[in-house]
Amino acid sequence: MPPHVPLWDRVRDNTLFLTIVFMAPAGLLLLVFLTYPLGLGIWLGFTDTRIGRPGVFIGWENYASLLQDSIFLKSVFNTVLYTSAATVVKFALGLWLALLLNRRLPFQAFIRAIVLLPYIVPTVLSAIAFWWIYDSQFSILSWMLTKLGLIDQYIDFLGDENNARAAVIAANIWRGIPFVAICLLAGLQTISPSLYEAASLDGANAWQRFCYVTVPNLMPVLSIVLTFSILFTFTDFQLIYAITRGGPNNATHLMATLAFQRGINGGMLGEGAAIAIAMVPFLILSTAVSYLALQRKKWQ
Amino acid sequence: MSDFTRRDVLKTTVGAAAVGAAGGGLLLPKHVMAQQAPNLKIEKGAKLRVLRWSQFVQGDIDQWMANTKKFTEKTGVEVRIDRENWPDVSPKASVAANVGSGPDIIVDFFDSPQLFADKLVDLTDIATYLGNKYGGWFPVCEKYSMRGKKWIGLPLGAAGACMVYRKSHVEAAGFKEFPKDMDGFLKLCKSLHDKGTPAGFALGNAVGDGSWTYWLMWAFGGKMVDDKNNVVINSPETIKALEYAKELYPNLIPGTLGWLDPNNNKAFLDGQISLTNNGISVYYAALKSPDPKLNEMAKDIYHANFPVGPVGHPTELHLFSQSYVFKYTKYPNAAKAYLLHMMEKEQYEPWQSAAIGYVTHPLKAYENNAVWKSDPKNLPYRDTVKNMLWHGYSGTLGYSSAAALNDYIVNNMVAQAASGSKTPKEAAAEAEKRLQRVYRV
Repeated sequence: MPPHVPLWDRVRDNTLFLTIVFMAPAGLLLLVFLTYPLGLGIWLGFTDTRIGRPGVFIGWENYASLLQDSIFLKSVFNTVLYTSAATVVKFALGLWLALLLNRRLPFQAFIRAIVLLPYIVPTVLSAIAFWWIYDSQFSILSWMLTKLGLIDQYIDFLGDENNARAAVIAANIWRGIPFVAICLLAGLQTISPSLYEAASLDGANAWQRFCYVTVPNLMPVLSIVLTFSILFTFTDFQLIYAITRGGPNNATHLMATLAFQRGINGGMLGEGAAIAIAMVPFLILSTAVSYLALQRKKWQ
Repeated sequence: MSDFTRRDVLKTTVGAAAVGAAGGGLLLPKHVMAQQAPNLKIEKGAKLRVLRWSQFVQGDIDQWMANTKKFTEKTGVEVRIDRENWPDVSPKASVAANVGSGPDIIVDFFDSPQLFADKLVDLTDIATYLGNKYGGWFPVCEKYSMRGKKWIGLPLGAAGACMVYRKSHVEAAGFKEFPKDMDGFLKLCKSLHDKGTPAGFALGNAVGDGSWTYWLMWAFGGKMVDDKNNVVINSPETIKALEYAKELYPNLIPGTLGWLDPNNNKAFLDGQISLTNNGISVYYAALKSPDPKLNEMAKDIYHANFPVGPVGHPTELHLFSQSYVFKYTKYPNAAKAYLLHMMEKEQYEPWQSAAIGYVTHPLKAYENNAVWKSDPKNLPYRDTVKNMLWHGYSGTLGYSSAAALNDYIVNNMVAQAASGSKTPKEAAAEAEKRLQRVYRV
């Protein structure tokens, strides 16, 4: 007769049970704060719900209407441009900064802390600072350029469609570089110095060491950082809302700001939700490309 | 006094009748019983949370708090005032409406109550009482605050906008008086531009200061919708207004296409523009500034009502403010008593004066408030509620008009045509398409 094992001991040793128990809180949190809102958003996108009035199911009507909506299409263009331009520059400058910070510098810890400042400052504060920097009448940039004799009249940063796009992209880059730089710096510090030594012994120059040692070893970190950076940039809201509110002529409206404007301010929850949900395929595609492409075996 | 017994007085104890009594309500003779304060029995242990917009002028909030304190002293009801940047009040109210929890009273702008009318406490009794007592409400109040025959909001007034101008610059531009018609106004703007002292009007996504675009459209007879909410924006009248905007735009200071609400105030006080549309806050800021240069500028700042267009009547749009009470409140009577207290003459007039008339009254009797006589420069603001139309003109207010306003459809249409990014016809056609979507309730 097998020895009697108390129930508690059996439960305690049951891997499946323990797995479920320990995962349940996290699962519950995900369910309540992620799955439910997402599910609700998807549902609202198929309804004509307005704030204060429950909606009815209208199928694909919101999406069909958006496809013919020039402002929505403009916001899609703006979002793609904003994300791609900002991400490319953030990565180029972020990698360059990370490589600089990876060298032995005097006051290294202090400099690394300073680099993080733009990321630490609350977004709204930095947005207000940029709003002043770009002000059509009080811009410090225009003032400096005028004093230097480089321009005759103040630059219309936020009153010209293309200038405004460039201006908000620059603001996003300024805020985003520290995140990229610090993450890549962490990645750089995991690369064994012996690899560089071996490469040097084999006669590799600095560029070759960068291409054949640094880049491949940095790729796993790079792919994660790129994925997050794309997500953060694509869904950016605060910078735009504080600096331009989507203007001029909707030239800086991103999908996130348009969704808020129509869904919350305008009360058209159904249409706002549809715009927000329309971001999902773009996000899946961009993250899939950045993640899968950069996670290729050959890098690892 | 047979309708109002001692028992009633005892029942209300510290109630709104007592609050109303401060205005003489309890002692009224029988023939004016229509003005009797509603019998509101304040709930035991009532506490109120009020969400209102942040003040534009300091005097407003100082006196508001003083009036609130007075209410607490009279009734024992604690009132907490939360303040938010004004464009953020509506989104918060929307969330409160949807989740059924939040502030008891919201002091908001425009037509928010029309978005969740069935979630609001009926304020007909206090609105009727106030209307009867103070000479009636201006017509636009009924548009904003009534649903059918029921008052779902209580008008507070409007942060009225006028043409704010530098008198010396306007005179130098060849105008002894501020023009009263559209042709004169355009000539003035051209002349100011030529003199190097241009005008500036917000053409970005500015809810408040962008409201001049509605004035422009209506002045020429254009409108978003007709009386039956049919979209009629793409009309010859609107095109005329947009052509006017196109002619006006090159005469404005550069950058207005990206202007939000604060831009014109800053540019005006810096002396970069000499004409804009704004509340009285620009004058107030210059007047109260510790900077002597601004004090000097204040002497040169004058106000005028918006010129009247070919339609022949004022077509202004102002930031209409009203209070409303959510049904989820545990203390509806306390909330009504508070609103009543704040609108009574003893509180309202000192509050309006403290804010040097930043908010124009919705009740006709308050046009005799001393604030309108104390400084002749305040006078144009007195009539802003009387002169204004509602933003869903000439249709009804509700989900669609709110969505149209907050989606900046008219602002964008005027900005596109003015800047030349679209022709007036294209801009009107795009606005029409968007409105057809928005008005498809």
